[in-house]
Amino acid sequence: MSVDLGVSGVLARCRAEGRAALIGYLPVGFPDVEGSIRAMVAMVESGVDIVEVGLPYSDPLMDGPVIQHAVETALAGGAHVVDGFRATRAIRDAGAPALVMSYWNLILRRGVDRYAAELAAAGGAGLITPDLIPDEANEWIAASEREGLDRVFLVAPSSTPERLVRVTEATRGFVYAASTMGVTGERTTVGSAARDLVDRTRAVTDLPVCVGLGVSNGDQAAELAQYADGVIVGTAFVRTLGGDGELGARLDALRELSTDLARGVREGAR
Amino acid sequence: MSAGRFGQFGGRYVPEALIPALEQLDEARLSAMQDPGFLAELEHLHRTYTGRPSIITEVPRFAAHAGNARVILKREDLNHTGSHKINNVIAQALLTKRMGKTRVIAETGAGQHGVATATAAALMGLECRVYMGKVDTERQALNVARMRMLGAEVVAVEHGSATLKDAINEALRDWVTNVERTHYLIGTVTGPHPFPEMVRDFHRIIGVEAREQVLELTGRLPDAVVACVGGGSNAMGIFHRFIEDEGVRLVGVEAGGEGLDGRHAARFATAVPGVLHGAMSYLMQDEDGQTVESHSVSAGLDYPSVGPEHSHLRDSGRAEYVYATDTEAMEAFALLCRTEGIIPAIESAHALAGAMVLGRELGPEATILVNLSGRGDKDMHTAAEWFGLVDDVVEDEMVPSGESDDPGAAGDGRTQL
Ligand SMILES: Cc1ncc(COP(=O)(O)O)c(C=O)c1O
Repeated sequence: MSVDLGVSGVLARCRAEGRAALIGYLPVGFPDVEGSIRAMVAMVESGVDIVEVGLPYSDPLMDGPVIQHAVETALAGGAHVVDGFRATRAIRDAGAPALVMSYWNLILRRGVDRYAAELAAAGGAGLITPDLIPDEANEWIAASEREGLDRVFLVAPSSTPERLVRVTEATRGFVYAASTMGVTGERTTVGSAARDLVDRTRAVTDLPVCVGLGVSNGDQAAELAQYADGVIVGTAFVRTLGGDGELGARLDALRELSTDLARGVREGAR
Repeated sequence: MSAGRFGQFGGRYVPEALIPALEQLDEARLSAMQDPGFLAELEHLHRTYTGRPSIITEVPRFAAHAGNARVILKREDLNHTGSHKINNVIAQALLTKRMGKTRVIAETGAGQHGVATATAAALMGLECRVYMGKVDTERQALNVARMRMLGAEVVAVEHGSATLKDAINEALRDWVTNVERTHYLIGTVTGPHPFPEMVRDFHRIIGVEAREQVLELTGRLPDAVVACVGGGSNAMGIFHRFIEDEGVRLVGVEAGGEGLDGRHAARFATAVPGVLHGAMSYLMQDEDGQTVESHSVSAGLDYPSVGPEHSHLRDSGRAEYVYATDTEAMEAFALLCRTEGIIPAIESAHALAGAMVLGRELGPEATILVNLSGRGDKDMHTAAEWFGLVDDVVEDEMVPSGESDDPGAAGDGRTQL
């Protein structure tokens, strides 16, 4: 067993297989804590390479309506920041790295050093920070170095060359390319902005570049996999898990979606 | 630490996608503030449109209830659209054009900032969309109509608590999506850098004028300057010119709501630092860091965080912050109406309540300058309900239920006037 908690090993393996990695997001606590952890494990068992564990937050300003609704449900159901640790542990035990995705105030409130130590102890791979830019991240950069955790910062189509350098220099694990300007949510076409952003990012870093925002099926994943190191899917998983019927049936639907997306990231092989 | 800090407070806690727009804005406002052409245009608009300089009014009959201290009001209520908000809005609308953008968006709680933004957009031919919590749109139907009359699109936000903080979330989402041609015209001294500093600079004229006016009237500086603090723009506006006048006490009055045992917005009395809407500042939050809902009889003060420069002024000891409860504010509201014939905004009534306490403490030798940030026309529903000024039947018709159809809406619309 490797002692490295990070995502690099998995991304390198995918690259060696000549394919993109499949990265799936779900918020912990939706539909409830137990159900969300079962769903994350089900994703790992059906083809998701890396799991993003979302921490529900009262003011999710980067998220579209589907994820907003899910995190409101999670909060109303009493989900807490510490529930994220149960999720990272379960995902790690299922054999995949787990990155926690959190708005910054939740981490700040717990204490950056304390959170980092707890996350490492719970087998977490690191943090994705949608509202923390490297310029504000000194404390987190130091804590993540100490604990060996990944730091996933975001780049966007609006990022200037200077910003791309600034962000990628602070990043560890992979660079998260938010392919369209806007919030999370499915889109019918992923668009050329994604490719352009990936190209511009690659020009300044050797880190893997993973693309998110908008992907909902295997064919779109295949399209992205032609040029991205990883395909990030969130809203489509949340929507599937939030459908009608028994949890068992929804987990089956979730597995189906993972399988389709896993096909996509392999078909798009470069 | 990044740029835009007031001590440990402020910063830029936003998605990377917005950084270029914030940098563009920062450059644009710094160059504009050095540009005589821009400053002249702003000055001209303030003189011929806003109605500046606003006057000061001494209020001796009111002061009789404030320990007979000398109480002087800075009359921002007389500005076009009825509050200080227009100072900032006109300037940011000019900046929007300077940056070549054609669309503005804004958040609003009570509707004052929304109305001011819709006004400036109409004046300058900008497209305008205002985000407002659904429960607020129902309680503020009249301000919604005003904004629509002025050509703005008003969007009712149903998510979260369906009040001001959720309107800001939605405005930020819009901004991330449409940032290329859109300026987010933030209505107070919060948000990511450069907003807190820029909005303060656009309101600084309040204190610059008032300092001169008080000197002219009384021959000396006031002993204290008092303002209500929601996000904190009217307070920063009147405080800033006095910061270096060491003998002048700066007193911010927060909304004490039902009192500290009940629901309130007295952030400095209870909260610890955190990040919301792009800035580090005092923030009402639970153990996990989830935002806690605030409450005040006055929508303009009903916000769980506060501008970062206030947090710094507070921690450095240069300014002090007290709170007035709903009841105390409404008493001061009624008192100014009856003693001076001036109907203040309920926000501003919090400053008046603070001045009453301070006046009794300082006595007749003291001069207290109070920022009367707005007028109370918009608050007549609340006042009518509070003081029982209308028959029950009429009252039922006047005051909509303020309930949202959205199952996720937890806000109490009935208190959001
Ligand atoms: C009249 C008036 N005063 C004060 C405020 C509070 O805002 P700030 O603290 O930014 O001055 C508002 C906000 O709506 C207002 O309308």
